[in-house]
Amino acid sequence: MSEHAIDRSKMKVSDEVAIQISGMNKWYGTFHVLRDINMTVQRGERIVICGPSGSGKSTLIRCINRLEEHQQGQIVVDGTELTNDLKNIDKVRSEVGMVFQHFNLFPHLTILENCTLAPIWVRKVPKKEAEETAMHFLRKVKIPEQANKYPGQLSGGQQQRVAIARSLCMKPRIMLFDEPTSALDPEMIKEVLDTMIQLAEEGMTMLCVTHEMGFAQAVANRVIFMDQGQIVEQNEPKEFFNNPKSDRTKLFLSQILGH
Amino acid sequence: MDKHFARTEMLPPLAPPVTERGVVKWLRENLFSGPFNTILTLVALVVIYKLVSAALPWWLNSVWTAESLSQCREIVAATAGEGASGACWAMIRERWHQFIFGFYPPDLWWRPVLAFGLLIAALGPVLYSGQKRSLTILLGIVAAYLVVTLSLTGAPTGAFVAAAVVVVALFAAVQVAPGRMLLFTAIYPALCFWLLWGGSIWTPVVAMLGFVVMGVVYMALVGRFGPTASAIAGVVAAVLWWLFLDIPITQALADMIGGGLRSVESDEFGGFLLAITIGVTAISFSLPIGILLALGRQSDMLIVKTLCVGFIEFIRGVPLITLLFTASLLLQYFLPPGTNFDIILRVIILVTLFAAAYLAEVIRGGLAALPRGQYEAADALGLDYWRAQRLIILPQALKISIPAIVSTFIGLFKDTTLVAFVGLMDPLKGVTQIVRADINWKGIYWEPYIFVGAIFFVICFGMSRYSMYLERKLKTDHR
Repeated sequence: MSEHAIDRSKMKVSDEVAIQISGMNKWYGTFHVLRDINMTVQRGERIVICGPSGSGKSTLIRCINRLEEHQQGQIVVDGTELTNDLKNIDKVRSEVGMVFQHFNLFPHLTILENCTLAPIWVRKVPKKEAEETAMHFLRKVKIPEQANKYPGQLSGGQQQRVAIARSLCMKPRIMLFDEPTSALDPEMIKEVLDTMIQLAEEGMTMLCVTHEMGFAQAVANRVIFMDQGQIVEQNEPKEFFNNPKSDRTKLFLSQILGH
Repeated sequence: MDKHFARTEMLPPLAPPVTERGVVKWLRENLFSGPFNTILTLVALVVIYKLVSAALPWWLNSVWTAESLSQCREIVAATAGEGASGACWAMIRERWHQFIFGFYPPDLWWRPVLAFGLLIAALGPVLYSGQKRSLTILLGIVAAYLVVTLSLTGAPTGAFVAAAVVVVALFAAVQVAPGRMLLFTAIYPALCFWLLWGGSIWTPVVAMLGFVVMGVVYMALVGRFGPTASAIAGVVAAVLWWLFLDIPITQALADMIGGGLRSVESDEFGGFLLAITIGVTAISFSLPIGILLALGRQSDMLIVKTLCVGFIEFIRGVPLITLLFTASLLLQYFLPPGTNFDIILRVIILVTLFAAAYLAEVIRGGLAALPRGQYEAADALGLDYWRAQRLIILPQALKISIPAIVSTFIGLFKDTTLVAFVGLMDPLKGVTQIVRADINWKGIYWEPYIFVGAIFFVICFGMSRYSMYLERKLKTDHR
């Protein structure tokens, strides 16, 4: 993975609950896409969610910032329950950062404007301060020199790093990653994963939907395997990969690690 | 066969053969690339020759000074021989003012002229937002235009002073804070209305206060009820202001402090003055209404959505002329008796609504073209609906829709000639008919239409070029 040895010293899991999901169900029309999801995420946890396509893993993390609406059960993020109350939703969204598979940068704004937009308009940070914060995070993802370019001028890996920086500018307490490397060329995956590892090392609470099993082994403290809209197995990475309990997990692992 | 080969000296680059360069290449590729294209080229040449040879004498024999059409013909016959044809532009020379101003009183021509110059200045910050250099040049042009036209139309000294004050103030604003120019743009509609129709100075001021009422109500409520409800309350308050308070307050103020311009009635308006008044007003108001309708059509709220869909489909399903007849005849029945609702204003309202319905569909296309990820990214960052629309969605959707929006604007501007059907004096039919009814110019045919057509072309072509400039300027996707 990363060139340097991964520093797990700061990756501490506290007792404080960051996300609590209990008895959550979701349907698309009549299709039961998430079935009785129960999970608790503690502050500082790095959770990797994997599973075959269509297993509901993306839908699950998109429920956490209400990009998808759940129909039954309870989701509490940082003490705020997600209901139809728009105020609660906006509150949760401004505390939870999200990185998408297709980056979703705003193509009509420069990199810097992408990063300062939400702090200025949602957090009401003065423009100057927002720009300083943005440059700080752009330096952190190692592309400060691109600040005045437009997203269309950057490579996929660079765009994804900007997307991470854009989320970080809101100073989120939780980060969601929805297959952040799936749309990238192989040589760009590493630069994005390095950025994510760096975040993990700083103690960020992270939920990642990804197929990067190397990342899961190196960084995650818990791996969740989903199939057919339910959580099939969860365990710490070493146990999960070396000693899977369920047959479905074994089959999945043999398919993705088989080569 | 000898498989070994090694080059001892490198070949220098040579010029391409003569058939591959310059004019020869261009001709071969574009005009004579095959037998079929060669035939097409030759046929086209013949057609062009026929057209030009038929029309050219008419243009070459143009007469610029004459008293009447028959005199024109005599001059053509005298110079080009019996039976020759020639254009009679003398008619334009004599009657140009009716094409431009209609029956607007000649001693007041400086008012529409001034309004037009200030219109360009007011459009500046919208068309070239924040570009100091372009805005400075634009203001220079406006200043030069005003000096020339105001002196030609014999404007009073007060008009010169007022124009100079405005231009200098705008010039200063551009240098210091270009954003401030928008303030002038915001008050311009009232100013223009007052310059064109005249009357008490309080009429536009009190009308503009309606917008202030809207803003105050919105600001007072937005903290408690959220933006949508407060905006509706603001609009309702403003409408109530205009319906019930506007006229008495204006009257009271006018009685206390007089002052104003001589009134000009709507039936004195005509020509391009009328077309531009209707066109510009409808264009500038239809865009925001169209945006709101497009957003409403996409809304999750059933009532809003149904109302927007119903409005759009109704307006698009009815010919514009029907709406104009509604404006001229039916609207009068619906309004409380005694209200004298100006015909031009009524026409403007319906033309605006008509264009707004079309724009709504055009903008909806732009909204639909945006990837869902843009909405999701805006949501995920915690932007609320209106901010997401204003900062993320609309800038992109409108950019995609620019060509179609400008097409709608161009169509709308040309459609202003349809007001001829409700008795207004549009430049194409209204004025031309009057000119041709004159005993001196009876029988003139091509000249007025060519003249009016040329002016329409210049304006519409300008809009089209501007839209291309805007597309280039906003291009950031680097595909």
